[in-house]
Amino acid sequence: MSAIAVERPGANRGLGALVRGVVRAVALVAGLALLWGLWEGYRWLGMRGQWTWPFPVNETTMPHIHTVLRAFDQPLQPGGPPLRHYLFHYALFTGKEALAGFALGALIGFMLAVVLAHSVLLRRGLLPYIVISQTVPLLAIAPMVVVGLGTKGVQPWVGVAVIAAYLTFFPVAINTLRGLLSPDPRAVELMRSYAAGRSKVLWRLRVPASMPFVFSALKISATASVIGAIIGETPASLQGGLGYAIVNFNQYYSIQPANLWATIIVCALLGIVFFLAVVVVERLVLKRAPENFA
Amino acid sequence: MSAIVQPVPVGIGRRVGRHALDWIPAVIIFALGIAAWQGLVVVFHVQDFLLPKPTSIATAFWHDKHVLWSEGVYTFKEALGGFALGSGLGIAVALVFAAWRPLGGVFMPYAVAANAIPIIAFAPIMNDWFGLLNPFSKMAIAALLCFFPVMINTLRGLTSVHPSSVELMRSYAAGRARLFRHVRIPNALPHLFTGLKVATVLSMIGAIVGEYFGGPTSALGVSILNASSYGRFTDAWAGIVMASAFGILFYALVAMAERLTTSWHPSARAFRSE
Amino acid sequence: MTAVSIRGVSKQFRAGITALTGIDLDVEPGEFVSLIGPSGCGKSTLLRIIGDLVQPTAGTVEVNGKPANRARRDHDYGIVFQDAVLYDWRTVAKNISLPLELLRWSRGRRDARVDEMLELVELSAFAKHHPWQLSGGMQQRVAIARALSFSPSLLLMDEPFGALDEMTRERLNAELLRIWQDTRSTVVFVTHSIPEAVFLSTRVVVMSARPGRIANVVDVGLPQPRTNATREEPRFFELVTQVREHLIASGAPLGDTSTPTLVEEPA
Repeated sequence: MSAIAVERPGANRGLGALVRGVVRAVALVAGLALLWGLWEGYRWLGMRGQWTWPFPVNETTMPHIHTVLRAFDQPLQPGGPPLRHYLFHYALFTGKEALAGFALGALIGFMLAVVLAHSVLLRRGLLPYIVISQTVPLLAIAPMVVVGLGTKGVQPWVGVAVIAAYLTFFPVAINTLRGLLSPDPRAVELMRSYAAGRSKVLWRLRVPASMPFVFSALKISATASVIGAIIGETPASLQGGLGYAIVNFNQYYSIQPANLWATIIVCALLGIVFFLAVVVVERLVLKRAPENFA
Repeated sequence: MSAIVQPVPVGIGRRVGRHALDWIPAVIIFALGIAAWQGLVVVFHVQDFLLPKPTSIATAFWHDKHVLWSEGVYTFKEALGGFALGSGLGIAVALVFAAWRPLGGVFMPYAVAANAIPIIAFAPIMNDWFGLLNPFSKMAIAALLCFFPVMINTLRGLTSVHPSSVELMRSYAAGRARLFRHVRIPNALPHLFTGLKVATVLSMIGAIVGEYFGGPTSALGVSILNASSYGRFTDAWAGIVMASAFGILFYALVAMAERLTTSWHPSARAFRSE
Repeated sequence: MTAVSIRGVSKQFRAGITALTGIDLDVEPGEFVSLIGPSGCGKSTLLRIIGDLVQPTAGTVEVNGKPANRARRDHDYGIVFQDAVLYDWRTVAKNISLPLELLRWSRGRRDARVDEMLELVELSAFAKHHPWQLSGGMQQRVAIARALSFSPSLLLMDEPFGALDEMTRERLNAELLRIWQDTRSTVVFVTHSIPEAVFLSTRVVVMSARPGRIANVVDVGLPQPRTNATREEPRFFELVTQVREHLIASGAPLGDTSTPTLVEEPA
């Protein structure tokens, strides 16, 4: 094949990478500053012009960003701990549910994929449903599952973890299967020529080959688990998580809009943290940059 | 590797569905599954309000079909509006990033990270901004959800061009605009459709779950939530069935559009043959 | 006026790799010149410099008496890569007409020329097919038809048959010679197959290992038309041996020391 590659000048050298890192950091700061400016600018214009379309602009609908940030330090009840204390614990609570579900769903998804990789019959039988399940709004049944399991005496957090597991399971199963089946048939033949049995072929060839696929599913599932956990918590019977916080602060939105915004920021951070954790693990395991921009 | 994986890998339909015989195991599993569900509920005397029988769900569905249908249409319109808005913006931004590569290269990782934000958490804000009863509040959520997958996938398609192809166009002294028109954009179509298929699913989710935070009773999500809050699980499941039907239909429509416009694309990533 | 005139061309890549040093070469119109050398000797880079796809660090290149940049803008050459680089979303006919569309030829003129080219490469029956439906050899023929569609006087080819099996390769070699004579173009051809270079060329330019320079030039005096019978003549073997010995003498190592030839990001 052609021995031509595209060179990125200084791509892998220390200085080049450092420069790129600095540029990225500067771009992030610039981007955030831009968003800040857009927000405050729109707010200022909207309040002066008393805009009502597309939505009315006032202190409730668009609090100042610094108001929101300050809200983190303000106590929820007079003399009580500041908001960030609550949000931190809510985030931890939701995070644990999401993590439990994520781990369980990933494990089961992986195991199912291994089984399916070895059985054509099961593949034919189950694959259409796995595929269809990807097109169905699974998140829609989240509150129902939590409430339903709750009436059977199951702890609410378990129900939420089940949701997270369910949302993780399908992408992991389908992508792992794809990865397990991805090796060139000649690579498999090579293993056979070494008298490697099915189990060796699995662990030394198929599983390593499937790693990139598994990680791309895990990245999606990390986010999906967090979302599933938050949504699963929204039936207000479940106190202690971010979903509850959203519903609660939404009720008092007109009085204290900053609290809801602060909660949303924490939700965003939780999602990003989960995602980045998977990215870091991927980088360690795969020893390559997960995202390439050609 | 794609961080936005398409839900149904390319070629899966052709591989699994080529022979009618191939479908028999799937049909058997379906029948077994339904029978097992029915059987377990009956044998264990599971009360109807906890986990309804498939037959009860079917009855409730049929009984309420008109209401469910109109509710479904209402919610689907929200999803469709959000899909169009979010995807349109996503494509536009992808084109901008592809035209100014340094910009795109710098922001791509952030776009991927931003995709990890639970956008659904913005649903209550949208209700506060646009009004609980205004369908646009749900459309906005759906649009936000669709934006990133479409943008990321389209950008990937626009920029994953074989370097020799770029050289070829240079040898024709063709400028950037023509490179876009003749090479980048056709190359991006399969990727665009990957993103659009993900977006159909997300837009439905955005609409329905957005309605869980509040909406008019004529909406499917609200009706499902009400049913489950009052313990009418059969009705709630019937609503879920309707929502799923719309979701599958939406996905199938986009998949069909994909088939029609990108029939030239070899299914390179098909599952290996058995 | 020479077809290609290269003077003192050097190329150093930013990673510190010197691909070429001090290249001087003239190619007369109507010649078929092969560039041969070990992997990594810069022959593909040199080809791209002629095509103004890569800028030399030093030296000048003139094509048809103009600077390489002007020649590219004037569409003086067609290029064929090792990978056919056909567009899957276009039929074979539309792939061939791509450069003509870019040159804004009228519909009628385009269609007529496409038919001509299809006949030239003997693929008229496949006009409406898509690239993936064709074999590798057929795809390369389409790429050649596309490169010649606007009748450039110069044809640049970068190991176009490298990915094909030996028999298809020999057949396409013969076809290429026929096309070359029919169109009376000048060809600069990069290869690392010694028999192919000798069979096709009027001159074989032997390049040394990196940093690439011209080690030797062999005049191939075999008569035209050349056929498979030519490959079995004693004179053919002598020339092949001669080229091989030049290659070894120029320091071509026994193994493959290639690093990817570096192409710069187009602006």
